[in-house]
Amino acid sequence: MAEVIQNECCYRTNHLENSWDIETYLANGGYEIWKKILAGDLSPAEIIDEVKTSNIRGRGGAGFPTGLKWSFMNRHAPGSKYIVCNSDESEPGTFKDRDIMRFNPHQLVEGMMIAGYVIGACAGYNYIRGEFWEPYKRFTGAIDQAREAGLLGKDILGSGWDFDLFAHLGGGAYICGEETALLESIEGKKGQPRFKPPFPASFGLFGKPTTINNTETLASIPMILAKGGKWFADLGVKNAGGTKCYAVSGHINKPGAYEVRMGTPFADLLELSGGIWKKRKLKAVIPGGSSTAVMPAEAVEGMTMDYDSIAKAGSFLGAGSVMILDETTDMVKSLERLTWFYYDESCGQCTPCREGTGWMYRVVHRIRQGKGRPEDIQLLKEVSGKIMGKVICGLGDAAAIPVESFLKHYEHEFKHYIEHGCSIFDRV
Amino acid sequence: MSEKNQLAEELKVSVIQGDVKTRIDRWIANYPEENRKSALMPALRIVQETSNGYLTTELMDQIAEYLQVRPIEVYEVATFYSMYQHKPVGRHQICLCTNLSCMLRGSDELLEHIKHKISVTNTGEVSPDGKFSVRKVECAGACGGAPMMWIGKDYHENLTEETIDEILDGLE
Repeated sequence: MAEVIQNECCYRTNHLENSWDIETYLANGGYEIWKKILAGDLSPAEIIDEVKTSNIRGRGGAGFPTGLKWSFMNRHAPGSKYIVCNSDESEPGTFKDRDIMRFNPHQLVEGMMIAGYVIGACAGYNYIRGEFWEPYKRFTGAIDQAREAGLLGKDILGSGWDFDLFAHLGGGAYICGEETALLESIEGKKGQPRFKPPFPASFGLFGKPTTINNTETLASIPMILAKGGKWFADLGVKNAGGTKCYAVSGHINKPGAYEVRMGTPFADLLELSGGIWKKRKLKAVIPGGSSTAVMPAEAVEGMTMDYDSIAKAGSFLGAGSVMILDETTDMVKSLERLTWFYYDESCGQCTPCREGTGWMYRVVHRIRQGKGRPEDIQLLKEVSGKIMGKVICGLGDAAAIPVESFLKHYEHEFKHYIEHGCSIFDRV
Repeated sequence: MSEKNQLAEELKVSVIQGDVKTRIDRWIANYPEENRKSALMPALRIVQETSNGYLTTELMDQIAEYLQVRPIEVYEVATFYSMYQHKPVGRHQICLCTNLSCMLRGSDELLEHIKHKISVTNTGEVSPDGKFSVRKVECAGACGGAPMMWIGKDYHENLTEETIDEILDGLE
């Protein structure tokens, strides 16, 4: 393996003692871009140009170009506007943003300030999942330190500009990672996605124009501006710039969050995370979180970790949440667990998803109990096909993709259960 | 129902006073004045934390009154999110992740161990001494430390039967 360069952006200070403290951040170039902005040396248009040059695509999973998203906002529109950070991080397999908030919260705070300035926001909210108490304390600790240092609040460093940041804690609901459900949740409602249009850029938080970005996206901004959009773009590949934080979990020796360059070979990432545990062979990879298609080991050969290469190999980069499944994995049991998750987390608003996720779980469950019927495989395909694209948010597709991809690659394991009442690993 | 909740209900004394009120007010101040309802989720959490770990209708009604919203608006939020509880729980509620990354590393076996350890047959049951209850939860965003559980505000990662025993034995 060629040497894999790590921790160049979001995790760059994670190895330092008290990396979450403002002193550490300031000693490592922290808040310099913010001060430059307040001094009037960096205009919103220049920032958007630099972010566009950086070729950064949204790190929450959708991969939408950040610079383009920011340009949708009219910073001179009258009234309140908001910047919202999505730290809901609930997609199974995803745990990269947690380490940004735990170890480098000031870089996220500065990224939110810069984004807030670009879009002309009066305030920003970071939506942190409710279970994340430690990251929440670190993030609010950083806000308090920034406020104390005069970098946040009223008339910041005499610039005449008021801007403040807050955290909002979730209550345990995967759906709140969907951006409009997240907005509903901040408003104190059930997290049910809104029908779009209108999009948040015109009708967002509290009905005001709002920009929503993922934690890793916003935390990358200060470095993009400090080192230049070109620097960031050059770290990555043609169609996506930068470093990327990958969360690697499952059957490996050193699970964890790794920040490497976009386009790093999958094989290198696997080696970095210690290789498959117990000297076993790789069976399958879920490359971007539970909602992305499962890939058999043969499909990941030669794959690099970026949008285009993973798409070509048959799946999606998503949030960069790589789940590793070894040769002993029962794929029917794995899918049973994932179908339960989507059934449990469907918000209940759209009928195909509310009813379909339950159907899919019950059918996979009965197959695994050895009570499957020959027609069940076709039934699963039909039900998942009737959810896909027929609901107002991405959860429906997210629930259908695992079912379709597990059946595509491992139909024989489902058939074995149906015919023999047990897994391929059990003696008949 | 716990004695404390029963007493509050009988006396119709609001739990939203003193420290609880101060904490909720701090959250209200984080949102625009006309969006007092935004403090509903923090209010539910704070009241739950200080009322034996679960919410009763009476408690939810008090929150509705305090935030000037209709009771139904509180009920629908309190029953939508999985972190709000509506039945008695143990003094320590063990929330064990059983989603895929944890399952691949043995969370199913750990669940059986925990149930045996705290002497319950099913999830959601409170242990005979009232100290523990256990529930299966969805991915908590710490798969790098799978299998994991969270109890109150603390994450516990890289669990084994031995470390679980140590952690549970160490709780009051």
